[in-house]
Amino acid sequence: MGRALGVLIWLLTIGSVWLFVNGRWWLPPYISEHGPAYDRQFLITIIVVGLSFAAAQIGLGWAVWRYGARGDRRERAVYSHGNNRLEIVWTAITALIFITLGLMGQRVWAQLHLSEAPAGATRVHVVAQQFQWNFHYPGADKNFGRTSPALVKDSELNFVGLDEQDANAKDDQVVTTLAVPVGRPVELTLESKDVTHDLFVPELRYKQDVVPGMAIKMHFTLTKEGRFELACAELCGQLHYKMKSYLIALPANVYDELVALPQAQFQGRITQLIKEYPIGIKQGVATTASR
Amino acid sequence: MEEATTPHEPSDPHAGAAHEPHGHHGPPTGFIRKYIFSIDHKVIGIQYLLLAIFAAFIGMFMSVLMRLNLTWPGHKWTILETIFPLGAPGGVMTPEFYLSLVTMHGTIMVFFVLTTAPQGGFGNYFLPIQVGAEDMAFPVLNMLSFWVTFIGLVVLISAIFVEGSTIIGNTDFVNNFLGGGGTGTLGPIGGWTGYPPLSALGKIAGPGQGAGATLWITSIAIFCIASLLGALNFITTLLNMRTRGMSLMRMPLTCWSWFTTAILALLAFPVLLAAGVLLLLDRHAGTSFFIPGGLVFSDEVLAHKGGSPILWQHLFWFFGHPEVYIAILPGMGVTSHILSTFARKPVFGYRAMVFAMFAIGLLGFFVWGHHMFISGMDPRTSIAFSVLTLSIGVPSAIKTFNWLGTLWGAKIRFTVPMMFAIGFVSLFVAGGITGLVLGQTSLDLFIHDGYFVLAHFHLVMGVAAIFGMFAGVYFWFPKMFGRMMSERLGQLHFWPTFIGVYGIFVPMHIMGIVGMPRRYASFQEYDFLRPLDPLVMLVTLAAILTAAAQFIFLFNFIWSIFKGERASGNPWEATTLEWVTPTTPPPHDNFGGHLPTVYRGPYEFAVPDAPEDYILQTTPDAGEENVAAEAGHTTVQGVQGSSGNGHNGQH
Repeated sequence: MGRALGVLIWLLTIGSVWLFVNGRWWLPPYISEHGPAYDRQFLITIIVVGLSFAAAQIGLGWAVWRYGARGDRRERAVYSHGNNRLEIVWTAITALIFITLGLMGQRVWAQLHLSEAPAGATRVHVVAQQFQWNFHYPGADKNFGRTSPALVKDSELNFVGLDEQDANAKDDQVVTTLAVPVGRPVELTLESKDVTHDLFVPELRYKQDVVPGMAIKMHFTLTKEGRFELACAELCGQLHYKMKSYLIALPANVYDELVALPQAQFQGRITQLIKEYPIGIKQGVATTASR
Repeated sequence: MEEATTPHEPSDPHAGAAHEPHGHHGPPTGFIRKYIFSIDHKVIGIQYLLLAIFAAFIGMFMSVLMRLNLTWPGHKWTILETIFPLGAPGGVMTPEFYLSLVTMHGTIMVFFVLTTAPQGGFGNYFLPIQVGAEDMAFPVLNMLSFWVTFIGLVVLISAIFVEGSTIIGNTDFVNNFLGGGGTGTLGPIGGWTGYPPLSALGKIAGPGQGAGATLWITSIAIFCIASLLGALNFITTLLNMRTRGMSLMRMPLTCWSWFTTAILALLAFPVLLAAGVLLLLDRHAGTSFFIPGGLVFSDEVLAHKGGSPILWQHLFWFFGHPEVYIAILPGMGVTSHILSTFARKPVFGYRAMVFAMFAIGLLGFFVWGHHMFISGMDPRTSIAFSVLTLSIGVPSAIKTFNWLGTLWGAKIRFTVPMMFAIGFVSLFVAGGITGLVLGQTSLDLFIHDGYFVLAHFHLVMGVAAIFGMFAGVYFWFPKMFGRMMSERLGQLHFWPTFIGVYGIFVPMHIMGIVGMPRRYASFQEYDFLRPLDPLVMLVTLAAILTAAAQFIFLFNFIWSIFKGERASGNPWEATTLEWVTPTTPPPHDNFGGHLPTVYRGPYEFAVPDAPEDYILQTTPDAGEENVAAEAGHTTVQGVQGSSGNGHNGQH
């Protein structure tokens, strides 16, 4: 029985490790500047985790294989209450590894979260609602028009409550697809009309809750063109699983032309771009995706 | 030489003659007082255990339904339409029905299984016996804590009927007082974490958020009260009612784990209770603790203003993170206890185990923020929480090392409880180690709120904890019911379960790495999830296998109560006090009016030159007796002095 259990533990260990290393499933390719740093930290962590996991399981399997009671039940185990020196050594080693990993694990975070977006960043307001994403662009004047909850009229397609009387609002565009330029810092301001949502684009390596009552800022810089699925990652109700949009990463000049369009043509152009860009990194433009 | 002991006080002025007429602690005779409203901690322990087994099967059934929906989207399960005409019209589950399964599965499992069985069940039954007491410190309070828990479960289950049936859901009572039901769900659809504003707004936020949510919050609040009562009792009993010679450092590690857990429960549950009451007020009294201003539903601006959704998250996770340890610590205690017993070897590093347990408990209160890195909370706070979180891995690793140390050089007897204890270690490692990924702020940017975290916590606080429970059931069943469970059926239960849970939860990590978000009623909308289809299928098949294997356990459990082989008083040749009771199951006062005296630590196996390979805690020998006398006990006299007395200060 003991040997069978030992073997099973080893087999389960091998199977588990195989799922991680077979190369068929991994993080999607990254498209943002912080992507490579993220992937490196993830890989280092998974290696530490994998080695610790395998070592513990192999040890457990070995103990179970090796130390089964057989034959004479009068044979005794080793009488020992432990070993303080061993205890101190392995505690110190684990503490060192874990804390180091923990400190390393703050780098990408600090880079994204402890700094403001540069002054010239491209700005888009994100307004989430059950079960739709709205993206509000400031238009050519780069100033966002005033919005107010009281002005929200979904039936008239004023999803963000834009005040049409406001001079800054005249050239503003609101659509349900997020278009941003490649190679320029982008700052999103996230707001929700109803419940908590979460903006998640796997390739972007960014997830951020969209909390009603707050205007949360996030910033990043894209390095690759393409179209990517944008999902809601915080349970927001019945149709949460369908709260989908796209992030379209455009060359800067294409983006500039897009945002110069008036609202009426803006939507048409977005539809066109969605057709031009199949889902994924645009081939032949950016460097090929790697793990 | 050890910590100060708290001997059972023989000169209790209230004990003895004053209580004689009713024999205060004499066994009750009527069926109701004996088995239903019992104040006997053993009966209450079994009641808790049965409640947890019942709840676990409901929770498991729900998880299988979820897997069916995810794996065969749109498939018509005609039987489902029969059972849930509203939730699965035409046999296809609606998304809101799916989400209510998610919510109810989580709530039932976390509260009514993982919190009740290891602590309320085994703790109740065995803590007093293992420390050598006649009962809990407050037996009536103990009875109350079970029955309050029971009411909590009834309220939770009633949410299923109130939302799942239009007839019940549309009654005046439900409409006027609970917020309206009959939406075809099985309760709220906001997940077991119930984040507002989704959970705070009532019907306008969607199906299940009316009466279902009201009953759900009420149930959790009731459960908090029950857990508080239980925690008080555990702490008092352990501190005040240990028998002669049972110093703190002679307690079995199970007792340490129940003690630590009780302290966590005492400090964590009141916070959840407060949060639950505030949420109910937001829903029904028009307050705005968690609801900010300017919310718009159907073009209408709500009247609420000034609240913070993140406040709920802080309160919830201030409870929620210690709750993880409430679920897993008793499993750690049971595992240490059983590993030592069947390894025939003392626990490796007993002291380190105790300190590690306390370190986990203590640190557990300072890491709740790691559930909230991406919640919009101050990112600098996240960094502090993150580093603290990684450091909690250290005591967890100490425990793992010491379990391996216990097995090293052992003479392992592969009984069913031992198999599950070994399985616990394996699963605890597999589930715990990925905390290193999730604890890093940077990595949460992608991995948070996806299948990776789902896999992590299911393995460590779900499955590992349940393996601890199985180990406990197989181990203590002979003492609880006087009969052995079938070893053969037990093995038949262990193997598919162990393989099955690996098959369910390891692939879920991979899904998380690819980016699969949790709480999705369907994965069909997203192209990037397509490569995961084979794994989704694998997980479901493993889940069905695992679920099926649990019926072997259920059969074994019920059959053995009536037909199992008769058990001797100490069938495992173990050392602690539950194995020295005069009868099996133990008599009403546990030790037949004759409290034992303890002479040694709990895990004296393989002592060189001893006649057997184990020495009971109650076995004196010349040297030990002297030590006990030095510690200030006049042993023989003390035992007799304390016999037959009731509880100190009980009326």
